Amino acid sequence: MKRVFAGILIGLAALVAPLVAVAQSGPLRIEITEGVIEPLPYAVPDFVGNGANASEIASQLSRVIAADLSGTGLFREIPASAHISKVTDFGAPVKYADWKAVNAQALITGSVSVSGSRLTVQFRVYDVFAGGELGTGLQFAGSTAGWRRMAHKVADAVYSRITGEGGYFDSRVVFVSETGPKNDRRKRLAIMDYDGANVQYLTDSSAIVLAPRFSPSGDRVLYTSYETGVPQVHVLDVGKVKKRILRADEEGMSFAPRFSPDGRKIVYSQTRGRNTDLYLMDIDGGSRKRLTSAPSIETAPSFSPDGRQIVFESDRSGSQQLYIMNAEGGEARRISFGQGRYGTPVWSPRGDLIAFTKQNKGRFHIGVMRVDGSEERLLTASFLDEGPTWSPNGRVIMFTRETQGTNGRALLYSVDISGRNLRPVRTPDGGSDPAWSPLQN
Amino acid sequence: MSIRNFLLVACLGATLAACTDGAPWNSDDGDGSSNAVDLNRPGLIGDQSSPAYFQQAIGDRVLFAVDQSTLSPDAQAVLAAQASWLLDNPDYSVTIEGHADEQGTREYNLALGASRANEARDFLVSRGVSASRLRVVSYGKERPVEICSEESCYSQNRRAVTVLTGGLTG
Repeated sequence: MKRVFAGILIGLAALVAPLVAVAQSGPLRIEITEGVIEPLPYAVPDFVGNGANASEIASQLSRVIAADLSGTGLFREIPASAHISKVTDFGAPVKYADWKAVNAQALITGSVSVSGSRLTVQFRVYDVFAGGELGTGLQFAGSTAGWRRMAHKVADAVYSRITGEGGYFDSRVVFVSETGPKNDRRKRLAIMDYDGANVQYLTDSSAIVLAPRFSPSGDRVLYTSYETGVPQVHVLDVGKVKKRILRADEEGMSFAPRFSPDGRKIVYSQTRGRNTDLYLMDIDGGSRKRLTSAPSIETAPSFSPDGRQIVFESDRSGSQQLYIMNAEGGEARRISFGQGRYGTPVWSPRGDLIAFTKQNKGRFHIGVMRVDGSEERLLTASFLDEGPTWSPNGRVIMFTRETQGTNGRALLYSVDISGRNLRPVRTPDGGSDPAWSPLQN
Repeated sequence: MSIRNFLLVACLGATLAACTDGAPWNSDDGDGSSNAVDLNRPGLIGDQSSPAYFQQAIGDRVLFAVDQSTLSPDAQAVLAAQASWLLDNPDYSVTIEGHADEQGTREYNLALGASRANEARDFLVSRGVSASRLRVVSYGKERPVEICSEESCYSQNRRAVTVLTGGLTG
């Protein structure tokens, strides 16, 4: 019964091979080839509404589920106009023949019940060609105001069942919202759902803010602010929008902060005189340790998921390159050896890949390489791409793309780690420095 | 020619008095850091103790090569003149702003701007300016003065600007 989905499962499991093709020649037959992908066709007829306003919410919820799934590039929706069957009763048997006829390999049905401000969503996933349910039905309940999150949770469950991987739709992105021309750019911290919905601003634009980073539990954000006149690391409680400066008594500039996986420490850059080095500090402002001492620039540190190592960039060799060292400091080994300059390394949540920005021959790229530096792959190319951040499941990278020229502006984009499905991420104004949250609970 | 310089020339060519109320002096490209009283009354460029003289006759900025923070001979000459002016005008403090062009990643450019500002600072100290009068800040690529995406603009953006913060309060 699961054969129809096996192709995608294997494709996603393969790290280096791009996604597989699910080329169908006859029912349930799957051919796997590199370099081409045929998205899996699915149908998500509007969920069945029970109660006042339930139909409206049910319809919107189904559209968000479809946007999540189709937005991955791995799935292709069979539009409602092509459906033969109409689902009006969530409990009624599925007419597989009707869905086979429109070539929907997966079918998602659901019901939405509204009682006061309480919303209950039930859904089922079917493997149409196998003629059976994939997994068992699930139910989510919450407030009607949180209907989008419930849609994302349904889509995460569907994605997870079909690909065998964790989802990433029920997540948020913190970023820098940008307005104004290049020589008078105004920057504010903002947070939104991963798909650009529900934007909230966390700071005003009175001071430059840069490069926010989520804590492992998603409740706090580290960022760099010029509030005191010089760039310094700040931490902000997302729920309370309450902020404080870390080590306000510190001389000089601090920037490029990132949490350790246990959320107790931060690694960041500190500038003293001409020299910029990496430091490790307790989040409560307690003990601090210097990790590097070369007379060169060391910055953009990122922990491995197990917290034992740190990848960072340094120009100690004469140009920006990537290095890995133990989280306690000490010897670092260089991992980038291709042409050009490498910066902003970020360890993937799976631990297997490093995403980076590469600058070569006047172009910028977002790329990934294995932790030992092998199998480098460039995913994008443009005038200026930078600052990758990983989706919670390590399948997608979001980054900043800035356009060229006097009217240049920054926007957020995402791309699959196969290099496919490059797409802009909707923001109200310009956007830069995205950081993806973990999956919400 | 930068917008600032253009405005200066336009001012000098027009009525000098009108310029003292104009915006060109009020700030460079800083982030609200240039708030000292002296900069609101920059004086005349003919007055050698005026901020106008410092900014225009001596030159308030030095430029850098791509991805470099070493001081060129030209830059050293400008900084040497800045140092003697600061020694002659001990009431002024300064903030040295380091900047980078847009061709680089954000964090690296912050560090590069800091390196440039500190090179300029160290040079001024080596010429006798008290370190207590000098602050540094890097803006990385956040505050370009020129906005085209060509070397003609990049070369103006790779800079360290000595901003007079005036008075003994700095």
